[in-house]
Amino acid sequence: MSENLDHSLQDPPQLPSEFGTGPLVRKNSAITEPAWVRWLLIALALAFLSLFLLLPLLSVFTEALRDGWGTYLSALREPDAMAAIRLTLIAALIAVPLNLVFGVAAAWCIAKFEFRGKQLLISLIDLPFSVSPVVAGLVYVLIFGAQGWAGPWFAAHDIKVIFAVPGIALATVFVTFPFIARELIPLMQEQGTDDEQAALTLGAGGFRTFWSVTLPNIKWGLLYGVLLCNARAFGEFGAVSVVSGHIRGQTNTLPLHIEILYNEYAFAAAFAVASLLAGLALVTLALKTFLEWRYADQLAAAHRR
Amino acid sequence: MEISIRNVRKTFAAFPALAGVDLDIASGELIALLGPSGSGKTTLLRALAGLEPIDAGQIRFGASDATHLSVQERRVGFVFQHYALFKHMTVEDNIGFGLSVRKGQDKPDKAAIRRRAQELLDLVQLSGLGKRYPAQLSGGQKQRVALARALAIEPRVLLLDEPFGALDAKVRKDLRRWLRELHDKTGVTTVFVTHDQEEALELADRVVVMNRGRIEQVGSTAEVYEQPATPFVFDFLGSVNRFRGEVQGGKLKINGLSLGTNSPLAGAVDVYVRPHDLRLVEDSSPGLEARVLQVQRTGPIVRAGATLAHDGARVDVELSHLDPLTATLVPGARVRLLPAIYGLFPPEGDAPLKTLPDVVPNAVPEQRGSRARA
Repeated sequence: MSENLDHSLQDPPQLPSEFGTGPLVRKNSAITEPAWVRWLLIALALAFLSLFLLLPLLSVFTEALRDGWGTYLSALREPDAMAAIRLTLIAALIAVPLNLVFGVAAAWCIAKFEFRGKQLLISLIDLPFSVSPVVAGLVYVLIFGAQGWAGPWFAAHDIKVIFAVPGIALATVFVTFPFIARELIPLMQEQGTDDEQAALTLGAGGFRTFWSVTLPNIKWGLLYGVLLCNARAFGEFGAVSVVSGHIRGQTNTLPLHIEILYNEYAFAAAFAVASLLAGLALVTLALKTFLEWRYADQLAAAHRR
Repeated sequence: MEISIRNVRKTFAAFPALAGVDLDIASGELIALLGPSGSGKTTLLRALAGLEPIDAGQIRFGASDATHLSVQERRVGFVFQHYALFKHMTVEDNIGFGLSVRKGQDKPDKAAIRRRAQELLDLVQLSGLGKRYPAQLSGGQKQRVALARALAIEPRVLLLDEPFGALDAKVRKDLRRWLRELHDKTGVTTVFVTHDQEEALELADRVVVMNRGRIEQVGSTAEVYEQPATPFVFDFLGSVNRFRGEVQGGKLKINGLSLGTNSPLAGAVDVYVRPHDLRLVEDSSPGLEARVLQVQRTGPIVRAGATLAHDGARVDVELSHLDPLTATLVPGARVRLLPAIYGLFPPEGDAPLKTLPDVVPNAVPEQRGSRARA
């Protein structure tokens, strides 16, 4: 083997250190507006964001704490509120893992295989996005309700679906279904099947290939999808509202509980509970931003936007 | 491991990607599958690996029939154009993957896998990079890791799908030489796919030229270049001029110019001459009169475009700058050309040359996408 061969195949070329590590071209005057235009646009955008996003968010927390911490905490400790929190967590705990499995399965089969009706399947996955959640809830009432198709059978076996936890979980699953699948499909399509084929030629079986090759490739995208799915599962109102029956302390999720409190003019309590959801939204946002910042190259969303 | 391929067929929708392919590969050979896009070369390679099920025919590895073996059972090393390294694993883990997925007593212990990975890293001259991740490697290094990973399972045959296609020209040249040396050291039967004729001719023991799902010619690099079996091979391996001629009584006649031939053909023929197999001759010598249109010099090679005086056919000439007559090559000048080496084929009519078959989307869609991006 020749010596000089090795040099050409060493580390990828890097910029000389005197150029620093920043982008080579910082500013292109041909596509940059004058300073006052830039500042005006930035100010407009900031004003809009403050008025329509920041202000409402702040008001949630200030309203919640208007009567002091004591009222705030007691509104959360109240049994109905605790029941709503528990139910919301249960619904999310059922919906997110189910959609994790369904989402990965759907994305896997859409991205890695060719078959008839693929486009139809993709459209179907998007259905919960395009259908009003209220309609989704009504569909479940139609199927599982007392007068529904399957309702009498369930009633005969003493299983409550509508106005009970199973109905709420079903509605949540339906509404949050696209989040994980939608995140994974473009990502997996982009990654192609070379890695999987390589694993197969190296002797790995199907499950091993999925576990050691496919899953690590999509893990950040998957986490991102789970995050969005979870946020939506906590916050879902429309579909759950239809199937829940609004029984206090039993079938009220957090958003429904907030609505009831609000309708009863218990503003401080309503905002206190709302601040929980808002807090969750902020945590989700922070995690999402972190994922996008740290693993941008491994998220399909980064390619789409 | 010798490989024999018998009458292998594969059809995508209505498009025959492999229209009956027969090929014997000797043990330890380095074979190039060469052809344009859609010629079936990649399909054949994937069929050998078991990644593409075939419709008919037989593939044998040595004495055993491999036609119906699964990908895993075939134990082939496959190297992809875009490396397909597992990016969440270190280089070492990538190389050891094939051993670590083995089951039961076939599975070596961790220390043995690590040792094997080190050996292979040494073999591909990347010692010391075992703890790195693929993203920290250059393209050439990645492809060498991919090769080491494929070799780790002691494959019966090594299959490379356009292995240097994603690399830049300089690295590609180095890697080519390096792969040849590696092959001579390991002696693994190797088949690689390329559309780059230079790569095929430089690297392979034998070249298989494919077109439209069929093999046009199999031969040593010298054979396919010097004695192309078909007009397609002539055209694909370098550029070519086509003249109209006639064979009469063992002589080839091109507009009065008489040349020797031992071709069994008689009557009208197409004469295929490569641009650098045309010689410039003095006005007094026999030759074809042509009018120079333009001249262009690239380093030591002088290229000229001209039209034949007798039928206006376009002809390309390539000469060394040392040729004493290159000075006479100026636009508008009349020169005399003498074909030194040529091939004769039955006339094909007026179909224009250089129309290689259309690019046919025979790859799986996601692969097509990645090719297009590359």
